[in-house]
Amino acid sequence: MKRLFFGGVHPADKKELSASVEVKMTKEPKQVTIPMTQHIGAPCEPLVAVGDTVKKGQKIGDGKGLCVPVHASVSGTVVAIEKRRHINGTDELCVIIENDYKDTEDTSMIAYDDYSNLSDDQIIEIIREAGIVGMGGATFATNVKAATSMERVKTLIANACECEPYITSDDMLLRMYPERVLEGMRIICQVLDPERVVLAIEDNKKEAIAALKKALVNEKKIELVVLPTRYPQGAEKQLVQAVTGSEIPGGELPKSVGAAVFNVATFAYTYGAVCLGRPVTRRMVTISGEAVNNPGNYWFRIGTSFEYAVEQAGGLKDNVWKVIAGGPMMGLAQQDLSACTIKGTSSILCLSEEQNGEAQEENPCIRCGACVKACPMKLQPLYLHAYGKKGNVDELKRLNVMDCIECGCCSYTCPAKLHLVETIREGKKRVKEEM
Amino acid sequence: MKFEVTSSPHIRSKNNTQKIMLNVVFALLPTLLVGVVRFGTQALLLTLVSVAAAVVAEWICGMVIYHRNTVKDLSSVVTGMLLALTLPSTVPYWVAAIGSAFAIILVKGFGGGLGKNVFNPALAGRALLMLFWPVYLIRYPQVGTKGNAVDMIAGATPLHHMQMPALPEESFMDMFLGNIGGCIGEVCTLALLAGAAFLILKGIISVRIPAAYLGTVAVLTFVFSKGDNVFAWMMYSLLGGGVMLGALFMATDYATSPVTPKGQVIYGIGCGILTVVFRYFGLFPEGVTYAILLMNACVWAIDAYTAPRRFGTKKGETV
Repeated sequence: MKRLFFGGVHPADKKELSASVEVKMTKEPKQVTIPMTQHIGAPCEPLVAVGDTVKKGQKIGDGKGLCVPVHASVSGTVVAIEKRRHINGTDELCVIIENDYKDTEDTSMIAYDDYSNLSDDQIIEIIREAGIVGMGGATFATNVKAATSMERVKTLIANACECEPYITSDDMLLRMYPERVLEGMRIICQVLDPERVVLAIEDNKKEAIAALKKALVNEKKIELVVLPTRYPQGAEKQLVQAVTGSEIPGGELPKSVGAAVFNVATFAYTYGAVCLGRPVTRRMVTISGEAVNNPGNYWFRIGTSFEYAVEQAGGLKDNVWKVIAGGPMMGLAQQDLSACTIKGTSSILCLSEEQNGEAQEENPCIRCGACVKACPMKLQPLYLHAYGKKGNVDELKRLNVMDCIECGCCSYTCPAKLHLVETIREGKKRVKEEM
Repeated sequence: MKFEVTSSPHIRSKNNTQKIMLNVVFALLPTLLVGVVRFGTQALLLTLVSVAAAVVAEWICGMVIYHRNTVKDLSSVVTGMLLALTLPSTVPYWVAAIGSAFAIILVKGFGGGLGKNVFNPALAGRALLMLFWPVYLIRYPQVGTKGNAVDMIAGATPLHHMQMPALPEESFMDMFLGNIGGCIGEVCTLALLAGAAFLILKGIISVRIPAAYLGTVAVLTFVFSKGDNVFAWMMYSLLGGGVMLGALFMATDYATSPVTPKGQVIYGIGCGILTVVFRYFGLFPEGVTYAILLMNACVWAIDAYTAPRRFGTKKGETV
């Protein structure tokens, strides 16, 4: 099949583990721990105090700039506001709510059946008030992306690639609610007024493609583009290249080539915010991997602890080796199960000792060039690794180290099992410090 | 409960150095087999001695230089095999052993170990032997003479005829199937091509270096032909001597060839030009060894000047 972006790898997708079972609703936890940091940018300031009674969907934290508000995901009482373990490994300020199991709804957001009379600014404000961020895991403020793309977007792309192995939450969302995603796209279209609207999906999601085709029967504007499965097709720069053929220059955003990319779940939440008046209080999470008893997709309230979530999936097996928030290629390894789900948590993966076997000790680079072939950004990881180890910042800059998207293709493919991405990440840090 | 925490990615491909080397050994087996059929068990024993010397030398390097056991990556087996294949079967065993030890200890070990050596160890080993004991290396057993070195009549290979210059008497088919005199691993083009095709299909080597190398030799020997029959001269140039073994298995050595696609093509063309120049103007009929060794020295410079175009920039644009 023709490759539409440079390089890439094709690991076993292991999607069947979680995609072959029904999506499950789970009993809400006794307590939810809602981090004030669920987006890129400064953390929210809590708007509630210990002892306050909160409703489900009530805004409990907000801030300025790139900051996006967070909402209570259950109704109940605020029992603590303190630092708790975040999926990024640090301790971040969280609001902890004791669940009263009444799900008393906050009704301050208005549901618009007909949004055609809303102005662009009104829609963007609704998106912000609903706390919507890039739901694929990037967690960049959706209102900011929409507002800054307004005058430059020729191509609007809905990203349904979900190219990381194991994860199927977007796939399941599309199978169940294709019309919500499409309606969300129409809302964003009203704001951005693009010439071309594309829903891009990889060809390994047959059922979702069928559901979308059915939902698109009388649709003229939205075009379904089925791409050959290859990682990292869902990465923003690679997807724009695959769909439009344009390469986004180093350090630039998609709007520089007239494109805007939003995850499909982001569109579904946009629909929920505008048409149903619902802020982000829950999300679908894939719990999968060889080391969990009942892999599948589960609806969880935001702020559900990993421990509770994994319990709902039947608990861990004895052969557990790593627990990861996100995908196996770019996700964050967790020390324990104390972190909580946030808006961008698309999956919790429990990998077994089996995968450990493949991560052998590092051997010397044999200059086979596999990393050069696999790099979707046309970098030379072997040299970035060598200069990174030496701390040679000038050479790192000359080789465009900052272009690295940390997709992990080089490390994945390296026969010497070198920790290429890790070294390159450190190299990027050094370059940033010098700037 | 505590879990393992390391940097992403958390999954790895099943590929590793040892598997790659094992595949190269497999790819060389048809060539070795033909060598043994043509030149007798002596060819097999010589290869085994060369490999054994390389492995022992690697083990010593592991103890003294690297401080870890590197024998299991099998790269020394490949080096030992490749060196033996560049030698006539009549070479004394001790000569092959010295060549292997030199290749592994001085060229690779002192060069920094696997992947850091500048020169192809097997070819550097051969170059050393050529310097000290050329008498063993330029006497080739004829096909079918399966005796020991004393009984062997040293004969001329097709390449010697070509230095006259004159077209050899052997048919293309004899040369393709290895029914000619020469070094153990250079005579049978069919076996070499089969092995290389296996490596290319497995994605272990790219077709760029061999294609650029052989293509350049073909073009140059066609344009600057020394034979009455231009096409025949070109074909004999490609089929004779070590150019096939060199282009398919020596020039494609990872450590001593460029990693950039453009660089690989330039490197292959360079090897081709130097091979023809050495063959036409050199003292010996063969020039592959020195052509590749010289190009080895240029690899870092070639890589530096052929870096891939930066993502998001146009051709020739520098950002």
